[in-house]
Amino acid sequence: MTTLVIEGGTVVAPTGSARADVLVRDGVVTEVAPRIDRPAAATVLDATGCVVGPGLVDLHAHLREPGDEEAETVETAARAAALGGYTAVVAMPNTRPACDSASVVAQVLELARDAACEVVPAGAITVGRRGETLAPMAEMAALGVTLFTDDGACVQDGDLMRRALEYAGAFGLTCAQHCEDGAIAAGGVMHEGPWSSTLGLAGQPTLAETVVVARDLGLVALTGAPLHLLHLSAPDSVALVAAARARGLPVSCEVAPHHLALDDACCRTYDPTFRVSPPLRPRAHADALGAMLRDGAIDAVATDHAPHPAEAKDQPFAEAAPGMLGLQHAAGITAEALTIDGATDLVALFAVCARHPARIARLRASDRRLGGHTAHGGDVVPGEAANLCVLDLGTPHTVTQGSLASRSRNCPYVGRTLPLSVRHTVLRGEPTVLDGVATR
Amino acid sequence: MADSLRGRDLLSVAQLSRDGIVEVLEVAEAFAEVSRRAVPKVPTLRGRQVTSLFFEESTRTRLSFETAARRLSADVASLAVAASSVKKGESLRDTVETVEALGADVLVVRHRASGAPEQVARWCSRARVVNAGDGWHEHPSQALLDAFAVRAARCAQRGTSSEGSGAAAFDGLRVLIVGDVRHSRVARSEVIAYRTLGATVTLCAPGTLLPRDAEGWGVEVCADLDDALGEADVVSLLRLQTERGSGSHVPSLAEYTATFGLTERRAARLKPDTLITHPGPMTRGVEIASSVADAPNALVTKQVADGVAVRMAILFLVLGGEPARLGGAP
Repeated sequence: MTTLVIEGGTVVAPTGSARADVLVRDGVVTEVAPRIDRPAAATVLDATGCVVGPGLVDLHAHLREPGDEEAETVETAARAAALGGYTAVVAMPNTRPACDSASVVAQVLELARDAACEVVPAGAITVGRRGETLAPMAEMAALGVTLFTDDGACVQDGDLMRRALEYAGAFGLTCAQHCEDGAIAAGGVMHEGPWSSTLGLAGQPTLAETVVVARDLGLVALTGAPLHLLHLSAPDSVALVAAARARGLPVSCEVAPHHLALDDACCRTYDPTFRVSPPLRPRAHADALGAMLRDGAIDAVATDHAPHPAEAKDQPFAEAAPGMLGLQHAAGITAEALTIDGATDLVALFAVCARHPARIARLRASDRRLGGHTAHGGDVVPGEAANLCVLDLGTPHTVTQGSLASRSRNCPYVGRTLPLSVRHTVLRGEPTVLDGVATR
Repeated sequence: MADSLRGRDLLSVAQLSRDGIVEVLEVAEAFAEVSRRAVPKVPTLRGRQVTSLFFEESTRTRLSFETAARRLSADVASLAVAASSVKKGESLRDTVETVEALGADVLVVRHRASGAPEQVARWCSRARVVNAGDGWHEHPSQALLDAFAVRAARCAQRGTSSEGSGAAAFDGLRVLIVGDVRHSRVARSEVIAYRTLGATVTLCAPGTLLPRDAEGWGVEVCADLDDALGEADVVSLLRLQTERGSGSHVPSLAEYTATFGLTERRAARLKPDTLITHPGPMTRGVEIASSVADAPNALVTKQVADGVAVRMAILFLVLGGEPARLGGAP
C-alpha cells in the first residue's frame, strides 16, 4: 500500500477549515497537521491553492452494466466519477436484467472490484421494476445493499409502496422513490408550461411529482420507515419534505445538478440532450431549488448520471431516451449553486455532495458495512478511511466533448465553464485522479 | 430582407417577418397564374431535386407539395417511412443523411414528433428543409396558404386586386380559431401568421383542448362560441384529432358539436362576409355542418387549390428565389 502526502491545501471541516497537510498510510488518514515532513518513498500530491475534503458520494448514477454496455460500463462510469471527485456511487437498478436479486448485485460488485470508485448497488423494490411484486430485499441486503428503488419507474401502487416501506423498514433498509404519477404525467416529455405549449410537446406539470411526494410522506408517517426521495425537481415537493422532516419523519431528498443549472428554455431547439426525467423546470423553480439547497431543505445533490448512446439521442425530442450525463461535472454545478457574491460555501458543498449522501447510503464509518465498502463522507481526520478529493476553486474548467470519460456523449454542459477543477481524487489511499488525469 | 424565406429553411412561421410573409404571398400570386394555364408548368427549378420525407401518413399535403414541385419542373423523390419501421438503432439522423446523399436539394418533412424538422435541418449539410407538419408544433405551409386564400377573398369582396396588396387585408381583421387547439399544428402556425400580418386572434375551445398558457401567445381566449361568432371576420375551424387522443378530452362528439360545432344555426349569426376556413380533412356534422362547408364564403376547396401555388412559392424561395429563375412566370 502507498504512503501519500497531500501538501499545501486547506482541509474543509464543519468545525472550521484550516491550512493542513494530510498523511495517508495503508488507506487510512493518519495525520492532519499544518506541516508534515514527507516520509521516505511517499507519493506527494500538490494541493496548493486547493481545498481537501471527503471524496464525493453520488446517490444516483446509471452505470448501464449489465445490459447496456454500449452506453456505459461500470469501468467508464467509475472513471468519470473519479474525475468528478467521487469515491463512491450508488448504482441504480434499472439495468438489463434489473438489479432485483442477489445474483445481479453480486455481478455489479464483481464488475466494480477494480473500478476507480466504490460502487454500491441499489436494489429494485419490485421484481423486474414492474411495480407488481416485492423483490427479495433481504437477500440483496445480505450483500450490502441498503437502498431500494425502482428508479426510472415510480411505484404507482400506493398499497404496494406501503408494503415496501414496512418490509424494508423492519430490516433497517431505506426505500427511495422516483416520484412521478403516471396518470398526471400523461406521457409528458417536458415541463408543462409556456415552452411546451409553444413547442407543441406534451408537458407534465410538477404536480405529477408532488402528488407522489405527498402520498409517500404520508406512508412514512403511517409506517415509520425511512424514505429517500430521488431527483426532486419542484420546490413544492421539497417544501413538503422539509415540513415532514420538521415533524421528525425519517425522510431525505436529493436534487440533480441539471435541475439547478438548466431550465425548460433549454428545450427550445428540440435538442434531445435536454430531455430528462423528471423534466427541466422553469428558471424560477431552478433558482428556488438552489435557495433550498443553500438553506438545508435539500439533503444532497445526486447526479442522475444517465448515459445514452448517440442512436438513442439522434431521434425526435419526444422519442429520444431521457437522461443526461452528470458525474464529471456535478461538483462544479453544485459549487455554482452554493456561491453567493463570489463566496462558495465549501462546508455545504461537502455536506450535500459527500457527508449527507454517505449518511443516506449508510456508508459512514459508524454504519454497519457489508460488501467490502470502506467508509465515506467523514471528516478528514486521523483514523478515517482515505477516500478524499482535492478541488481547485482557482482554476475554472471549460467542458468539452473531448474531456468526457463516459462512453456516451449526452452531456448538457459542453461549452460551459465551471468554477472549479478536480485536481486529485484518492480512493482507499490510492490516487484515482492525479493532477486532473485518471490513473485507472 | 432579414426575415425573408429566401435561401432559408422553413421550420416555423415565427421565422418570418410581416414582409417575409407578404413576399411568400406575392410570389404565390405569380405561381397561381401559372396554375391557371393550359400547361401549368414552368422550368424554374429544372435540375433541382425535391424529396418528400413523410414519417406520418399524409396524402393531401404530400400530393400538394409534389404537385408544386412538378409544376416548377423539379425532380421529385419521395420516401415514406411508416412509424412501425423505425426500429431501435435506426436513427432519424441516419435516414436524413442517406436521403441528402441521394441528391436532395429540398427535404419536405412531415413527422409525428414536434421539432423533428428542426433536428433534420441541423443534420443537413446542404439541403433546405421545409416543415410539412410536425406533431402538435407547426404546419407553416398550411397557415401561409390560409393567409393567401383569406387575402384573396377579402380583396375580392372589396373589388380590389390581391396582387401587390401587401398585408392591408389583415389590418383590424378578427380571426376566430375554433376547436382542438392543443393538439393542432395548424392552430400554432395560424396564430403566428395572422398576428404577424396584423390581425387579432381569438381561440375558442373546450378547456381540455386549449394549450396551457395560451394567453402567452398574444391571443384572446373565449369559452363561448356564441359570444365570439358575431365579431369574427374569419372563422378557422379545426378538426378534432381523435387519432391523437383528443377524443377523450370531450365527453362525446355530439356534445362537442352542440357546444363548439359551426352548425347551421350558428352560421346564420355570422356577418354576411365572414370567411370560413378549414385545413381538411373535414368531419362534416361534427365541427362543421355540411351545408356550411358548402356555402360560398367557405374557402375549403379554394384553400386546396391555393395550396399548390403557395407551396410553389415556398420551394422557389427556400432555394434562393432569384427573380431571374422565376422563369415562365410573369
